[in-house]
Amino acid sequence: MLFSFLHAAVIAGTPLVFAILGEILTERAGKLNLGVEGMMLMGAVIGFKTAVLTAYPLLALFGAALAGAAGALIFSFLTVTLRSNQVVTGLALTIFGTGFASFAGQGLAGHIVPASVKDFFHPVALPVLSRIPFLGEALFHHSIFVYAGYIIIIAAYVYLFKTRFGLNLRALGENTAAADAAGINIMKYKFAHILSGGALIGLGGAFLSLVYVPTWQENITTGRGWIAVALVIFCKWNPIRIFWGAFLFGGLDIIGFRLQGLNIHISQYFFDMLPYIVTVIILIMTSVKDSKEKSPPAELGRPYFREDK
Amino acid sequence: MLQIIKNKEISSRKKAAIHLAAIFLALLTASVFILFMGHPPLKVYLSMARGAFGTSYRFTETLIKTIPLIITSLGISLAFRMKFWNIGAEGQIIMGAFGASWVALSYPHLPSFVLLPLMGLGGLAGGGIWALIPAFFRARFRTNETIFTLMLNYIALQWITYLQNGPWKDPGALGFPKIPNFSPQAVLPKLFGIHIGWLIAFVLVVLSALFITKTKKGYEIQVIGESEKTARYAGINVSRTILVTLFISGALCGLAGMIEASAINKTLSVEITGGVGYTAIITAWLANLKELRIVLVSFLFAAMIQGSSYIQMAFQIPQSAAQILQGLILFFVLGSEFFIRYRIVYRSRKSGGGEA
Repeated sequence: MLFSFLHAAVIAGTPLVFAILGEILTERAGKLNLGVEGMMLMGAVIGFKTAVLTAYPLLALFGAALAGAAGALIFSFLTVTLRSNQVVTGLALTIFGTGFASFAGQGLAGHIVPASVKDFFHPVALPVLSRIPFLGEALFHHSIFVYAGYIIIIAAYVYLFKTRFGLNLRALGENTAAADAAGINIMKYKFAHILSGGALIGLGGAFLSLVYVPTWQENITTGRGWIAVALVIFCKWNPIRIFWGAFLFGGLDIIGFRLQGLNIHISQYFFDMLPYIVTVIILIMTSVKDSKEKSPPAELGRPYFREDK
Repeated sequence: MLQIIKNKEISSRKKAAIHLAAIFLALLTASVFILFMGHPPLKVYLSMARGAFGTSYRFTETLIKTIPLIITSLGISLAFRMKFWNIGAEGQIIMGAFGASWVALSYPHLPSFVLLPLMGLGGLAGGGIWALIPAFFRARFRTNETIFTLMLNYIALQWITYLQNGPWKDPGALGFPKIPNFSPQAVLPKLFGIHIGWLIAFVLVVLSALFITKTKKGYEIQVIGESEKTARYAGINVSRTILVTLFISGALCGLAGMIEASAINKTLSVEITGGVGYTAIITAWLANLKELRIVLVSFLFAAMIQGSSYIQMAFQIPQSAAQILQGLILFFVLGSEFFIRYRIVYRSRKSGGGEA
């Protein structure tokens, strides 16, 4: 029972894995992108539409990543090149993305994912690992999309903390002027990381429409993009902590549904509130216990223009 | 080579010209999409205008849609002026509508002149308290208000869903999850053919402008917006100002919710806001948080929304097109700000400094 719950929590948490990771990369580059919800929706709709039209799963993933990156391109062009207000630009992206998804999703409701795509994402038990007692089945009997999430978390951790590029990115996030003076190509780094962050966020949306739901429905993300933005703080801008944050929230996402089966008489609507309430509590707790170690990249949200200094 | 130089002051006429150019470019970009969909753009825009202004009925509808946008934008602007990113207007509208509905459903038999003011108070309190929660934590612990206010939107929405499906469900609706209609006394009266909300909006525009420019609190809000450090140094009680301002900000949004519940829906439902809480963020920003411009921008956006529901029928263009158009306009205006703050000059390499 508990392990089947954990199994479901991992699935429900996977969209968050991609979205949180994408936003960590973005924020490490010094930009607070509030357009996550919009980019997820763009990825979700393009991924689903591509899947329905072509029946090629990889093409659907590519489309979703491209859609997320396109949203991020708008954001970075406006905030990096044209130096616009990050908060409002992010909000604009969410509004645009929501409209875009609802527009592009017209007539898709009721469609189901083609069989070829469904098969591609069908759960596979990993040899050896899935036979670990109890946990094996919960963690290692999943769609390859879920495994991709595991791998990409570790890859991002290694990238950020063990490579020169990661070091440069972190330097840029802490003190852009110094990084600039040290000869790091600020523009290139910002664009590269905001765009790849957007691609990941788009993939997070695609997981919802292709694997989790898996049909099209309006506002398929239901605020997960915003929760991801909050969880970046919870994860202390460190990819490895996503394992903890995303799957905890995956659990919250499904707990109401699970408890219903147990005849517990609390309205399902209160359980539906739970992820949002816990997000708020986490926000408060992290701000109360604000310490140096937990602090965001020092340059987060602060615009940097060389001529202004 | 090209260099970016900060502009000192720029005339407001030039500013307006740049913004208009941005909006024009946004419409032009949207035309490309419309063309792509196989419709003639000019014809679509014209019928959008006809849909918003063509008949007196449609014009009235546009005005009715303008009212909550104005009031909510006013509320949002107050918070934005302090750089407090309140994006929880949606939830504050909902909770305001909830407060007003609670009054309306609890005391349906009170005469109008008692019931409506009480509902107004319910709306103000509902929205105000809902905004006060994140304001408290922001003032006390610097908790991120953007995500906080947004989460509260979802919580408010779930709360109404719960009421609609549970304790407030209309027993007379044959199992359909809806909240009972208000009594006739709980419905705002009309004045010159439009519900009296327009007068409330008008009064609030004037009051907000006076509040910001003529009162001490208004001045303090502006100082905090410039720099919290300066404000502290000048002896302003920043925490208190944040609390007071956010209560007013949320209360205004709540009042918009009361008006929508009372005059338009005549009940409470999960669709009470119609997305106004999000659209008003755009209108407040595009209006540069200035009251009179809020009226103008809100009216134009209401026309866009009203017009887009018309082209949905005429061209089968989904109504979400309006949302895309709003996003595009905001993108272009945000981008155009660059050309207000900076200018690009060409300097020959010999005379100029290093690489940009």
